[in-house]
Amino acid sequence: MRSVASSSPLPAHNSPPRHNSSFVKSIGAIIWKDLAAEMRSRELLTAMLVFALLVILIFNFALDLDATTRKAATPGILWATFAFAGTLGLNRSMALEKDRGCFDGLLLAPVDRSAIYFGKLISNLVFMLIVEAVVLPVYSVLYNTNLFNPGLVSVILLGSIGYVAVGTLLSSMAVQTRTRDVLLPILLFPVIIPILIAAVNASSGFLQGIAQAEIMPYINLLLVYDVIFTAVAFMVFDFIVEE
Amino acid sequence: MEPQPVALKVLNTLSILFFLGALGMVFLYAPLEVTMNYVQKIFYFHTANAWVGMLGFLAAAVAGFIYLVDHDLKWDIIEVAAIEISLVFFLIAILSGSIWARPSWGTYWTWEPRLTTAAILEMVYIACLLLRQGIDDPDRRARFSAVYTLIGSISVPITFLSIRLFRTIHPVLIGSGSASAQGSFDMTPKMLVTLFFTLGTFSVIFVTLFWHRIRLGQLSQLVDQRKLEE
Amino acid sequence: MIVVKRLVKRFGLKTVLRGLNFVVQDGEFVALLGPNGSGKTTFLRILSSLARATSGEISVAGFPLPGQASAVRRNLGVLSHLPLLYGDLTAEENLHFYGRLYDISDLNRHVDQVLELVGLLPRRRELVRTFSRGMQQRLAIGRAILHDPQVLLFDEPHTGLDQGACDMLDHLLREVSGQGRTIVMTSHDLSRVEDLASRFDVLSHGVITASIGRNEVGQNGLAEFYRLALAN
Repeated sequence: MRSVASSSPLPAHNSPPRHNSSFVKSIGAIIWKDLAAEMRSRELLTAMLVFALLVILIFNFALDLDATTRKAATPGILWATFAFAGTLGLNRSMALEKDRGCFDGLLLAPVDRSAIYFGKLISNLVFMLIVEAVVLPVYSVLYNTNLFNPGLVSVILLGSIGYVAVGTLLSSMAVQTRTRDVLLPILLFPVIIPILIAAVNASSGFLQGIAQAEIMPYINLLLVYDVIFTAVAFMVFDFIVEE
Repeated sequence: MEPQPVALKVLNTLSILFFLGALGMVFLYAPLEVTMNYVQKIFYFHTANAWVGMLGFLAAAVAGFIYLVDHDLKWDIIEVAAIEISLVFFLIAILSGSIWARPSWGTYWTWEPRLTTAAILEMVYIACLLLRQGIDDPDRRARFSAVYTLIGSISVPITFLSIRLFRTIHPVLIGSGSASAQGSFDMTPKMLVTLFFTLGTFSVIFVTLFWHRIRLGQLSQLVDQRKLEE
Repeated sequence: MIVVKRLVKRFGLKTVLRGLNFVVQDGEFVALLGPNGSGKTTFLRILSSLARATSGEISVAGFPLPGQASAVRRNLGVLSHLPLLYGDLTAEENLHFYGRLYDISDLNRHVDQVLELVGLLPRRRELVRTFSRGMQQRLAIGRAILHDPQVLLFDEPHTGLDQGACDMLDHLLREVSGQGRTIVMTSHDLSRVEDLASRFDVLSHGVITASIGRNEVGQNGLAEFYRLALAN
């Protein structure tokens, strides 16, 4: 076994203290790692998808609706499904880091803490969007409604961003407590109510073909929420991970 | 643990006196309202409790924020005290609101902005307390609690505004008819005086309870310390 | 080079480290001994920048903590009893990931070298979750030295390993320490560190209560030294 030292770079204490590794590069590495690991095991996506479809199934029997009422209830059912399935993804994503001590591995690296936050946020978002991308066509087919509406898609995107922005922060907290998985929905749902209000109403607006001007307040609400909470979460993330 | 300071003892007495005074004013001084009679009198307590709940909410948000900057555990004690008290006062406000709503509007509950937001705020408080329960390390518990309180104190006002937005754009949905008709009676000067007196009373009660609860927190901390020193 | 002065760590009201003083020169291999719960892990977490001290001065690899934590991290490798590896990635992918976080140039070559050093080159494309615990620890060492850090911190690395795996780990530790790095290893098991360290310190009741160089320890002297240190 040869040694590494002979061909390695100069010892770092001879050069001036360097900053953290490139912010963007670190984020990219974390996203790649999450996606690659998930593509291998597909545990997280499968769990989220199956759960989402089950929720839709339950809604079908729990709310035995006629076609017109169901049309009106579609946005609500969709967002309830996303909200519940989302917590599964958030929980799992953090648990994977915590379990083998990997989160420490991330913290030990010369990486900006907020890069870790953004990396996890984006990979959580990707997983959520994948699930939503599957649920929409399935729902369309099951209930013979056309959900391929660009307005609807943009609402789902904006809503998911806000959800994941807060969810990533809160799941980082929840995973460090004794109660873990159970705690995340309890923490998350009360504070994402604005997303639900805005998203359900905007979705409903787009599906019913209501005038854009009337839907804009809700879109604005989503945008405001997304910006505020991504900024706040990004600023306080340090407090969650540094002891 | 030092005994109650004089100021606190005075507050104890004042709280009781003012409360009795408020009861007197509400039942004896304030006139009977035309349509709702005695039921309307609960309005004074309902409003006062909600007002005090708001005070607690602000106190919690500020204390949490200061803790994140300062890292002094005393702000954590203050934050928990504020959350617990605000939780109870808002609960009383919600319940009294329900008692008022039933005879007035025929329903115990309405999804109008203030009531709904109060309920959501209660959920945020409970979530925060559950979060705290799941953490053993005092410093981490204080940090997480402060962060969640911060998130909650930004989200809840936004929620309130969102529900209001929802209300103005859409017609009233399934359920209550005159949901937005809160406080829809005219207040005579005597009623106003009673209202302000009640608000003042409950503010005094709030400060008293807050102080007691903080002392309780400090005592609890002392007990923990003694336990460790054994 | 590690310098620690009057380090205090409190968890709420509980004081775990009470004014700890600790100095390690370049190239020394210090074994930090002490019973379970004596604060060894807490101390190492503070040294590795994962936790903050309540008060005191610390500098690792020439940089102060927590002020220049990122510079410290760049020069630090950590091995704990948890492997800090992603089970769903291959050995190679794990190292590539960490390599990117540490901004290592010529990453492919480094990864190959490290895999060869820890004897896992033939298994580079296998998922880490199929590895035995011993293999995971070896890969973990690889991860720890990938960025060629000056300082290495090992927290009870032999935990959960069988004799064969321990021997392999020791071999690697000797190899790695022979390159002039500064190493601190905690252990509550003397037999593990007897042949490896150049100095033995005992952490008890929140401070270093005793310290002895390798050449001052006779046959069976280490056990006696440890017993005496704890008895005080």
